Amino acid sequence: MPLPIHDVLGVFSDNLRIRRYVVPLSPGKVDAWAKGLDIPFGGETVLYTGQMYQLMPAIDSMSQLMAKFENSSITRFFGVGRILNRIVNISWFMSGGNGKEQARYNGILRNIAALLKMAGVDFGYLHGKELYSGALVYDEGLDQVFAEHARRVYRVFKENGVKQVITVDPHTTNMLKSVYPKIIDGYDLITRSYLEVLAEKDLKCAKQLPLELVIHDSCVYARHENIVDEPRRLLKTAGSTIHLPELSGKLTQCCGGPLESLFPGKAHEVAQKRVAQLAGCGNSIVTMCPICMANLRRAANDTIEIKDISEHLVNGYCVID
Amino acid sequence: MLKANAKFAERMKAGTEFNASACINCGSCTALCPLGIDLHPRTLFRYVLIGARDRVLENTTNIFSCLLCKMCEDNCPADVPIAENIRSLRSYINRDVFGLARG
Repeated sequence: MPLPIHDVLGVFSDNLRIRRYVVPLSPGKVDAWAKGLDIPFGGETVLYTGQMYQLMPAIDSMSQLMAKFENSSITRFFGVGRILNRIVNISWFMSGGNGKEQARYNGILRNIAALLKMAGVDFGYLHGKELYSGALVYDEGLDQVFAEHARRVYRVFKENGVKQVITVDPHTTNMLKSVYPKIIDGYDLITRSYLEVLAEKDLKCAKQLPLELVIHDSCVYARHENIVDEPRRLLKTAGSTIHLPELSGKLTQCCGGPLESLFPGKAHEVAQKRVAQLAGCGNSIVTMCPICMANLRRAANDTIEIKDISEHLVNGYCVID
Repeated sequence: MLKANAKFAERMKAGTEFNASACINCGSCTALCPLGIDLHPRTLFRYVLIGARDRVLENTTNIFSCLLCKMCEDNCPADVPIAENIRSLRSYINRDVFGLARG
């Protein structure tokens, strides 16, 4: 049996409404990346992670489990599981996560913070206060629970005097830039992706990176937010040569990640096709979305190198002591 | 037999999110879909416009399978907001079929 859409979405909806998240992540794990970086609390401009990178190991564990459940008889018990999850947080047990992977994703956020500091951007972080943006429940059409959550997220920014938000991934960028303004009256936050912020700074690279890189554009950045040139410009300025698959830029092909929670089998098929397209152009792939990175890596199964763009940029632009 | 449900059609058309009246039935969306989804958006949208609620609900899996990647929408010659239409159908199903309005 396929995964029961109604019950899976019910768990997401319950979790966001009751617990303020879709996939569980302890407060310690949300903020661990910022330890020792001396980023001040709050301020008019904040770096907002939306928890996406921190969540990836848990999402990865959950997706692998869901892939095992898909087309099994266990799906018959999802309804009971949903009811139990309202009382006992079952989703917590399903989202283990891998420490090494957690360190890698935290490292990506540390890279982004280092790049912004190097570029002279003055920013804070809402330590302990940051909430998930709700991107997944919006995409799945859980509109009412999403709208309530979006207003809650906005309230946290306003209560802390935030006026400008720097985002780190395409889904969170899309929520704050294009979706929240449609559903929150008087919404006035100015949102930009860190790639836009860095690209407009006219940075000089600290160390040439003569790499041959294949770009996998995020469909949300490229088609929803028109962010296409910025990553190319940053990598080229750092000395790298860019290779593009036939489907790239505004015509980029989705990694399949958005299907992971309901149709993990289909998500994997789409990712495998995309990996084949990318591998045809080179063996060092650059992503700029945590969902793309996780989904493509799982499909590639270590046959090619897949790195987040910040993992290259930090080597090109920041002098590491 | 295809049954028309006027209330469903009116409700979807009255909402601000669903808008498929500009669709010219050209099939670009189908040709470009990276999933090769079984049901063509243009067919699904016709069902909505004529109020064929049962046919729409028979395609719940297809509706939730869409990647919302906008490959079709960005290349639609009639500028139909395809991804938002799909999302609004999800919203309708969540609310009126699954009873997930507030969880």
